[in-house]
Amino acid sequence: MTDASSNTPRLTTSIIEPDPRTRRRNASERRFRAYGLAAIGTGIAALIFLVISIVSNGYTAFLQTYITIPVELSEQRLDPQGNRDPEEMARVTTFGYAPVLAMALQSHLIEQGIPMDGVNPRDLMAMISQEAPAQVRNLVLANPEIVGQTLDMEMLASGRIDGYFKGRVTLESAERDSNVSPAQLALAAAMAEAGLMDTRFNWAFITGPDASGQRPEAAGLGVAILGSLYMMIVVLALALPIGVAASIYLEEFAPKNRFTDIIEVNISNLAAVPSIVFGILGLAIFINFAGLPQSAPIVGGLVLTLMTLPTIIIATRASLRAVPPSIRDAALGLGASKMQSVFHHVLPLAMPGILTGTIIGLAQALGETAPLLLIGMVAFVREFPDAPPEGLFDPTSALPVQVFSWTQRADPAFVERASGATIVLLVFLVSMNLLAVMLRRRFERRW
Amino acid sequence: MSITKLTVSALAIAAVSATGASAQSRDNVQIAGSSTVLPYATIVAEAFGENFTFPTPVVESGGSSTGLRRFCEGVGENTTDIANSSRPIRESEIATCAENGVTDIIEVRIGYDGIVFASDIDGAGFEFTPSDWYLALAAELPVDGAMVANANTMWSDVNGDLPAQEIAAFIPGTRHGTREVFDEKVILQGCEDTGAFDAIMEINGGDDDAAEDACMSIRGDGVSVDIDGDYTETLARISANPEGIGVFGLAFYQNNTDTLQVATMSGVVPSVESISTGEYPVSRPLFFYIKAAHLDVIPGLQEYADFFISDDIAGPWGPLAAYGLVSDPELAATQEAVATRVTMGSM
Repeated sequence: MTDASSNTPRLTTSIIEPDPRTRRRNASERRFRAYGLAAIGTGIAALIFLVISIVSNGYTAFLQTYITIPVELSEQRLDPQGNRDPEEMARVTTFGYAPVLAMALQSHLIEQGIPMDGVNPRDLMAMISQEAPAQVRNLVLANPEIVGQTLDMEMLASGRIDGYFKGRVTLESAERDSNVSPAQLALAAAMAEAGLMDTRFNWAFITGPDASGQRPEAAGLGVAILGSLYMMIVVLALALPIGVAASIYLEEFAPKNRFTDIIEVNISNLAAVPSIVFGILGLAIFINFAGLPQSAPIVGGLVLTLMTLPTIIIATRASLRAVPPSIRDAALGLGASKMQSVFHHVLPLAMPGILTGTIIGLAQALGETAPLLLIGMVAFVREFPDAPPEGLFDPTSALPVQVFSWTQRADPAFVERASGATIVLLVFLVSMNLLAVMLRRRFERRW
Repeated sequence: MSITKLTVSALAIAAVSATGASAQSRDNVQIAGSSTVLPYATIVAEAFGENFTFPTPVVESGGSSTGLRRFCEGVGENTTDIANSSRPIRESEIATCAENGVTDIIEVRIGYDGIVFASDIDGAGFEFTPSDWYLALAAELPVDGAMVANANTMWSDVNGDLPAQEIAAFIPGTRHGTREVFDEKVILQGCEDTGAFDAIMEINGGDDDAAEDACMSIRGDGVSVDIDGDYTETLARISANPEGIGVFGLAFYQNNTDTLQVATMSGVVPSVESISTGEYPVSRPLFFYIKAAHLDVIPGLQEYADFFISDDIAGPWGPLAAYGLVSDPELAATQEAVATRVTMGSM
């Protein structure tokens, strides 16, 4: 008996040589680690692919090609009455300004001795953005005294010419493209060599308003960024106090009964409701019933507030629950009222968690398009809104909406713009989430 | 309780802000509707904002039906002033409008839009007739007095002159106004041209409407794909499947001639010219509708409408024609009607 029990198993176990069972357990652990690494690797690969495709498509949106030439602001064309009265001069529309710019370009090219083989005056005009006449007109109407002078003007090049310097348009594609000819591209290359054309960083992409399908080169994100900012202000001003108040009441004061259970279930459900439903609600309540204006950031903000509230309430309640009961007990034991214990002790300790939840909720709201569709914010808006609070009622667009509408435009130049807008949106989202992580790291307390 | 609390507080805020909002009146024109008209409307809105002291109008997309539904919601500053539409307004929509107090509507025809068939530029070229499309896409074809499922899989099965290439069509989904035109001017036309219409009438005993429906029912076996998104989606599908043929608007094709080649229809190459002379068969008028009650209330509305159809903009040498709109030969009559505010039904 003692032989049998001491002989066989003892011999096989050694601290140096693992037995088969240990080996199997070790192998299964290694496999699990490999699966884990593979899962993370797939995620990272997908992320890298996404970022690379967006950045490689979109970084060119931050660059733009400009033409700089001297323009003679002829009195005969721009101020036929000759009295420098801006009101009279306003009768000359942008259609009257376009030929002035084309003629200026033509005469300057002749002066510089740059050959214009195969480029007729109409093609020459098509090389300048249609935005340029409007810019010059605004300049002239603001400063009527410059009429008659010859000034150096900086104008946007048209989308196809700009695409040539960015590699989107090539001589081969121009052969088949009805909007640009190889001769125009050759001229553009000669102009760039002579220093009349250059490609540089384009602030207007971030600050300028949207533009129509005919001038992708002028389209910018200014109105959309302001619209998103206004909406976030509304969401922050409403969702944070309402959400925190609701969670404090539910967590600290409300009795635990069937009624509060139902509310709890409903809040969790609300977090999973498709966002378009909030848009339908917003249209019915805020626009049709309350009579708020369409396309306004106040309505967008209210709709997004409803959407973000569950996220904030859930996060706030979790962080309130994480504060140990001993803190409350100690406060109560020293004679503080229930409210004093909550506001003086529990809430400050829960604040980092609440802020993190709020920022994550805001980031989610920032990227939302669907609810905005129904309240008229998926729109072409060129006017900048006023400063808040009046500006909250002015029509604006929003960042994700701008991405959406640019992907639908016919001109291929909008592909780069849509990717560029996505980069801007991602930068905002990443910095908000980073802020959330930093706040948590900085203030988080463990018990 | 929290839900009611949320709604109550939201309503309270809304009510407070509404009082603030009603104090300031809307000073921009608000437009919604067809995504086909959208690019033209944005071009006009942009030029309008540049050349007038009025603010640039706000133009929303969403489709003709959505635009008209919102247009018909009533009269007042929180409703739209103009609905863009790629089809004429329907009787039922006029009735809805009237119910909600929108009685005076001005119809403005801005021009014509061509519908073109295009494929990958490096693929084979196509010369279609409506019959080819009917035979390729119909769900069932009449054969010897009975309806049988469409068995054509290659373009060469349909018409010996077409290349031996698999049929893969990307056509607009039913939510698009373009689909209606495609069904009527291509599929139904082809049905009649091939004699299938009469054959179907014989089979079903002379029921006109049923025969039309049978003609226009598109096969659902994956040969034809409905595209519910925009033309950019159709373009993406064609770059993924170079054998595919897509249905586009003329303006979209003109912006993408470096990746697409256009097919002829009944021997005619689609272009602004061939559509304006009526030679190219597949085209349709585009409209916008003005709420007459808003004309003297919303600043710039009359000016915007006048500007849209002015010769500078909608004429044959204007920016809209450059973008692909086929200008209306009767533009002068439209200008007159808008200037004198002729409403629908009063003519």
